[in-house]
Amino acid sequence: MSQPVASEAAVVVSGVDKVFNVDSADEVTALSDIDLTIGAGEFVSLIGPSGCGKSTLLRLVGDLLTPSVGEVTVFGKPAHAARLDQDYGMVFQHAGLFDWRRVAANIELPLELRGWSRADRTARSAEMLDLVKLTDFGDYYPRQLSGGMQQRVSIARALSFQPKLLLMDEPFGALDEMTREHMQLELLRIWRETGTTVVFVTHSISESTFLSSRVVVLSPRPGRIHSVIDVDLGDRTDETREDPAFFAKATEIREALRADKDVG
Amino acid sequence: MVATTVVALLLVVLLWEGYKWMGGQTDDHWPGTSIGLPTTTDDLTMPHATDIVGELFEEVRDGRARLPLYLFLLKKGWYTFQEAAIGFTFGLAIGMGLAILMLRWRVVERGLLPWINVSQTVPLIALAPIIVTWGRLHDLPDIFSISLISTYLTFFPVAVSALRGLQSPDAAHLELMRSYAAPWRTTLFKLRLPAARAYLFPALKLAATLSVVGAIVGEISIGTKTGLGRAILEYAQRYAVSPERLYAAVLGSAALGLSVFGLVSLAERLVMKRTEGMQRADEVVA
Repeated sequence: MSQPVASEAAVVVSGVDKVFNVDSADEVTALSDIDLTIGAGEFVSLIGPSGCGKSTLLRLVGDLLTPSVGEVTVFGKPAHAARLDQDYGMVFQHAGLFDWRRVAANIELPLELRGWSRADRTARSAEMLDLVKLTDFGDYYPRQLSGGMQQRVSIARALSFQPKLLLMDEPFGALDEMTREHMQLELLRIWRETGTTVVFVTHSISESTFLSSRVVVLSPRPGRIHSVIDVDLGDRTDETREDPAFFAKATEIREALRADKDVG
Repeated sequence: MVATTVVALLLVVLLWEGYKWMGGQTDDHWPGTSIGLPTTTDDLTMPHATDIVGELFEEVRDGRARLPLYLFLLKKGWYTFQEAAIGFTFGLAIGMGLAILMLRWRVVERGLLPWINVSQTVPLIALAPIIVTWGRLHDLPDIFSISLISTYLTFFPVAVSALRGLQSPDAAHLELMRSYAAPWRTTLFKLRLPAARAYLFPALKLAATLSVVGAIVGEISIGTKTGLGRAILEYAQRYAVSPERLYAAVLGSAALGLSVFGLVSLAERLVMKRTEGMQRADEVVA
């Protein structure tokens, strides 16, 4: 897999702190002193134990939260402007589909909000259904689909308007192991086909190793970046999971996570 | 559905007649005891079910015309239905409006919700004459005042449940809309209102039956010349002569209440059916 040179930065986080409940008894510093640059076309995972602020960091990039200190830019503009321009798509742990809409209509939701014509929307949702291999399921309702299928719809919805950035918050966390591994391969295929930049939050070491070109290891209380680990395993296949190089990387990430514990 | 309704009706008739028969055997005491039954079972207190149903086919006077009681009740019921329908519509609009206001501004919710609750503790009987007097003072037709009384009962369940429904979408749904930079109004129409439907319909069924209660109470306290409330009032005064007639009129208003309940259920089926009663795809595929 040829890594695109990170000439253009997709995401730049500089000097960011995030403090919740400022000036109250339960004030908590979720993130402290975060600097991170993500190049266009990269697949970057944020990993760390619960409470390390990885989801918070993702939400700062998406302007769903605002930093207490520091700034976040997305494709060269402030995160807020990027959100208003809908420069990114978001996928959550739970598919979060609207049960009163058919699968195709769920995928078309962002297009509808952007005022696309019905014909354009239908064409694009059909294309997206092909992409996530749910071609014949456009007329189904979400509750008729399995968890893995719902999550694929959610990915199709996030990609429908072809954002250059995809923010994913533990999207496979609720899936069983088999489905999860299958979805990981699908996601990598989609990533290659679309050239989208992906920021992926997970607490699974093997998942982050398998998917990413870089893994950002966070340590908790307050959330800091412990280390950033490059992962170069070439084109991933199911065999990659049994490759000694894969295990070596996973071990490296595991030790980085463990090092936190010793310190903390 | 129809079969269960018929069975349920038959059961009620059987209970009624069984109780009546038992009272006749024991001189209105629980069998084998000296404890009196809660109600006496003579024909004045509890007319035979057959007599009540038979009464529906007796001829009554309606102005100059004579017609069977069931037709007479149907005519009066139609009038009451119109009042209830107007009241229900206003109640729905006001309830939804209040819910949306409370959703939009928390301060409105904090300030208004207690008053909405208090509003329902004011007895309708006390309120009705005020509304009527006020209406007449402004030359509004009585049907409007009666509808207003009905509105007073219906807006409450609508407002409370619509607010719950509008607040029901979870954080991920709201974040999703935020990630689309969707303005508040878009989130309302695309997410919150559709999500509120499941909360709203049970409340609408309650509101529909309440709107009939409101209309009848309104008619009675206003002293209108028509409507089911008028018929009930009239037959109540003549209860000693023909108790069956009052029971028949009460049956009529119950039927009206059931009909509006049915209408709302039908609307619910039409609106909600799309997502219900379907198999999961993996079952279909397998």
